[in-house]
Amino acid sequence: MSTHEPGQTWPDAPLLFERSRPGRRAGRPPQLDLPVPEVAESLRRSRPPRLPEVSEPELVRHFTALADRTFGVDTGFYPLGSCTMKHNPRVHERLAGLPGFRDLHPYQEDEAAQGALELMWRLQEMLAEIAGLPAVTLQPAAGSQGELTGLMLMRAYFADRGEDRDTIITADTAHGTNPASVTMAGYKLAKVETDARGNLDLDDLRAKVDERTAGLMLTNPSTLGLFDEGIEDVARIFHDAGALLYYDGANLNAVVGISRPGDMGFDIVHYNLHKTFSQPHGGGGPGGGPVAVRETIEPYLPVPRVTRDGESYHLDSGKPKSIGRVRGFAGPFGVFVRSYAFIRAYGPELREMSEAAVLNANYLLAQLRDVYDLPYDRHCMHEFVLSARNLKREHGVTALDVAKRLMDYGIHPPTVYFPLVVPEALMIEPTETEPKERLDEFVAAMRRIAEEAATDPELVRDAPRGRPVRRLDEVRAVKQPVLRYLFEEHPALVPAE
Amino acid sequence: MSYLALTDADREEMLAAIGVSSVDELFEQVPEGVRLGRELDLPPALGEPELVRHIEELASRNVHTGAELSFLGAGIYDHYVPAVADVVLSRGEFLTAYTPYQPEMSQGVLQAIFEYQTVVCELTGMDVSNASGYDGSTVAADACFVAQHVTGRRKVVLAETLNPQVRQVVKTYAPGFGLEVVEVPQCGGVTNPDELRRAADEAAAVIFQQPNFLGCLEPAPELAEAAADAGALPIAHVDLMSLGVLEAPGAYGCALAIGEGQAAGNWQSYGGPHYGFLAARNDLVRRMPGRIVGETVDLDGRRAFVLTLQTREQHIRREKATSNITTNQTLLAFAGLATLAWLGPAGLREVGETCLALAQYARERIQLEPAFEAQAFKEVAFRTPLAAREVVRRARERGVHPGYALGRDYEGMDDVLLVAVTEKKTADDVDRLAAVLAEVCG
Repeated sequence: MSTHEPGQTWPDAPLLFERSRPGRRAGRPPQLDLPVPEVAESLRRSRPPRLPEVSEPELVRHFTALADRTFGVDTGFYPLGSCTMKHNPRVHERLAGLPGFRDLHPYQEDEAAQGALELMWRLQEMLAEIAGLPAVTLQPAAGSQGELTGLMLMRAYFADRGEDRDTIITADTAHGTNPASVTMAGYKLAKVETDARGNLDLDDLRAKVDERTAGLMLTNPSTLGLFDEGIEDVARIFHDAGALLYYDGANLNAVVGISRPGDMGFDIVHYNLHKTFSQPHGGGGPGGGPVAVRETIEPYLPVPRVTRDGESYHLDSGKPKSIGRVRGFAGPFGVFVRSYAFIRAYGPELREMSEAAVLNANYLLAQLRDVYDLPYDRHCMHEFVLSARNLKREHGVTALDVAKRLMDYGIHPPTVYFPLVVPEALMIEPTETEPKERLDEFVAAMRRIAEEAATDPELVRDAPRGRPVRRLDEVRAVKQPVLRYLFEEHPALVPAE
Repeated sequence: MSYLALTDADREEMLAAIGVSSVDELFEQVPEGVRLGRELDLPPALGEPELVRHIEELASRNVHTGAELSFLGAGIYDHYVPAVADVVLSRGEFLTAYTPYQPEMSQGVLQAIFEYQTVVCELTGMDVSNASGYDGSTVAADACFVAQHVTGRRKVVLAETLNPQVRQVVKTYAPGFGLEVVEVPQCGGVTNPDELRRAADEAAAVIFQQPNFLGCLEPAPELAEAAADAGALPIAHVDLMSLGVLEAPGAYGCALAIGEGQAAGNWQSYGGPHYGFLAARNDLVRRMPGRIVGETVDLDGRRAFVLTLQTREQHIRREKATSNITTNQTLLAFAGLATLAWLGPAGLREVGETCLALAQYARERIQLEPAFEAQAFKEVAFRTPLAAREVVRRARERGVHPGYALGRDYEGMDDVLLVAVTEKKTADDVDRLAAVLAEVCG
């Protein structure tokens, strides 16, 4: 197993602004032999922006140095729970970069964008089949915007029916985006508890669902990595009360081709294209958050819709009951190309993807359950949650310490301290693309860290020592925020007026 | 084709370690009643060469901006994307990392975001920028949410000359926020400061666009002043590529500067993914939506970067968060950073000057009446003697896409065509457009 040597030195990575020298430049945009009209003084730039002045070789070296100081799935194992850090097929980049896609203007006439529209229409159809719901909008930009869109759809649906409902119920294990979306959609929030097996507590739920309830937001499997065994009862409770069920697709990677949200009883679903359908995560984005709905909710979907008329495809904005537009154009098209390619590469065997994801997770769980606490003793789905509370109690080593020490073994840490219902949580999602060797390395590292916690806890608490920086002073970052480069401290690097 | 890695032997060993005899046993927790019980009805799997052939065929049915001489703009622009932007996008570490929750693993991403924030602050004249929003429309909704919380007011004012899609998105979000949306009609292609001042009474914010959607330069400092007079936060929606020649919103009193970043470093890509930027004055920092990176030190005192002020965010503050955003547009923002660094201050000014010059040249050469008198930056609106959509149709038959038919968004503008130029266009290109327009309008 590879470990970085403690104290290994990494080269400095100066800021772009520190590579800058007045008068240096990389790009030379075309200048035309045409007069440049004057701009009125009040509208004209009064002070040149202090953009970096760098040569192209230095610019390339700069980004190469920053890439070197970044760990991605391409670098190594990245079991960040709930984020589905799977391999991103490189052919996707080639396809999204085809000039027919890359250089296509979003206001191109429909008849001159038929290939793009057909791709979107086919993706909608495939996503509908995967969710078990008939109508799909591709527009939302990410999962959290898909959530917000789903809540707006609920609002429009109930308003149209003349029903006044003001509360959304979420699980105590929910992603933070769920409650945040509830607030942004103007709803009140109620929380339902998780029972001892990790399912929604049905008694608590029955007590909270009434005629004021608009709906439920749930991810299934939950953030505990457990499929809700009572999901049919959950759906019945909401539907009997006239309320709707929203499926947060963050964990869809567990059940593709096995169980569809529509069949579970959900009325509205968002997909995370950047998770399940392999859009590269890009250091934080972009993503894609399409939403699928039942027929009864279809009239309210955002516009424009991608529709087919015989053999031709169109963008259709003529939907009077639509909630409107949630972002620009028809959605993040480049993301659609990648996810479309991903699904076409698997075809109906997409089920094997979820099976491998679940097998990988259970394999890790089986090998780690004797050294870390397991709060819910069940087979898991595509991810699972361990607790480091035993290490904390016995050796004063926390989940954060375990996470930091993993870095020294060349592994990206799992999600920590989430879900909130598990103390010292380590949320582990290996994904389907990892081979057994990488899983075994992770098991060995996690087991060795548990030993180190007992024999040399300081080593664990002091980690990482093999990264470009050691642990950070995060309090200082909050108390004395420095949120941009302070040119004032480096006057020599500032462009001449 | 498969991206899976387990061999049959691996699978057997793993099942034995788990103590089950088949993968199906792991799925026993899924109730029988909600199982699919059949194969997904999807088209058959394709190997990589077949996949490429199929998708290339789809791409070939699009007419892209290299296949006709296109003057389409209206919010998405064909500026030059330098090869260094591709360098950033092709590095697997950037491509396949996620949100830098673990700073020791992500110093490169964090530093690049910090540099991006600095560049956005410099261009807009603001104190703080977030790490990106979804696009130029959603950042407007975010900005309204900030303004509502800061002012306690429940109305926002949008100039009618603000990009129609941006206005539509704000209107979609507004009911959830409990916000009323009011629009100020355009007058001669621009916004009248006095009308704006009246509309801004009791408003949380005023959003205007510079240069505006109709291509005109707004009297932006007067609009910002009018908004501030009414106690509303002035918010400018700006084009990064214009800010080498046009004044920074911070210099004329704006509280926030927002916009669509596509023009700076992103391909058109049929509308996305791109990045929205949102920058603000220091006093608004605790209400900012989205990720923000700050500088600090590590245990050895080395400079280091970290996600900061996270108590604003959904994963900490949950229902009290300033936004629900988590996944953003970091990779696209990096392409923007690389592009703006490649241009530098001189290059950005030169791009702006070329746009100004070509827009003026188009105004002179095209034998149609300009729809508005105000100065243009890179888009000029012309009156057409027949419906602009018909002009588009006829011009495209001659290999030229002449621009955007404004009647798609503005009542009474069915005969107005919005022509966009960038530094990729030449005087000859404009001459050809002028000739085609003369022919189809003649």
